[in-house]
Amino acid sequence: MISDVLIAVFGAMAIVFALLVVVLRQPMRAALALIAHMASLAAIFACLDVHVVALFQILIYVGAVMVFMVYAIMLLDDRDASLAHMFSRWSVPAVIVAAVPVVALGAMLVQWAPSVAPAAPAAAAGGPALFSFSAFSVAFMTQYWFHFEVASILLVIGIVAAWAVIAERR
Amino acid sequence: MDKYQYLIALAVLMFAIGLAGVVIRRNLMVVVMCLELMLNSVVLAFVVFAARSGTLAGAAMAFFLYIAAACEIAVAMAIVVMLVERRGSLDLAADYELKG
Repeated sequence: MISDVLIAVFGAMAIVFALLVVVLRQPMRAALALIAHMASLAAIFACLDVHVVALFQILIYVGAVMVFMVYAIMLLDDRDASLAHMFSRWSVPAVIVAAVPVVALGAMLVQWAPSVAPAAPAAAAGGPALFSFSAFSVAFMTQYWFHFEVASILLVIGIVAAWAVIAERR
Repeated sequence: MDKYQYLIALAVLMFAIGLAGVVIRRNLMVVVMCLELMLNSVVLAFVVFAARSGTLAGAAMAFFLYIAAACEIAVAMAIVVMLVERRGSLDLAADYELKG
């Protein structure tokens, strides 16, 4: 199926751009690689028929979070010691620690593969309509209204915290 | 390996790359970006499980993760700008007074 091929391609792109974020020297180039990585993930979400989250990924992550980060990079002078010496001296133990979850979960996936029940894809449970905006809206108004209100409080706390840090600076 | 297993393996790999980046990089901005990588891998895992089970719960959780990410980046950027103004450097080694 074409969507499976696209998922494989965008998945490979996501991994390549994630690696570029870690290895690129200039923070601005790393930020651009992260934007490309997030766009690849949005494409994967769209291939999975979860269009609402794909749209949120572009609007919130690429449109808001990354633009904010790019502004911060432009605001700060990045020519310092971290440019000449990119990696800390704990690089080797860090890579070993990061490899542990990959090996453990990889082993789990291999064990899981034969025993897993066949997937109940979204198509069987209502197709793209299941993850449509109307389905999301109804779920948020009926099931998740309390979580939604709590999320708005969290946003206010975030704004107040950022303001408090800036006030501390002055 | 079906596509859901492939995507969960992808999420694990992305999380590990982000974790390695947080520990090995010395630039404060790149460390924050690697944290975003780790958060993205969690979103991917939630969406994959939502798509596989055919329920909205995982996708709704991804939406709340976006809100948490927006809060996190607002506070993180304020802290980064404050630290850089105080130390005059994006190098994490300059923040040697931080405890823990």
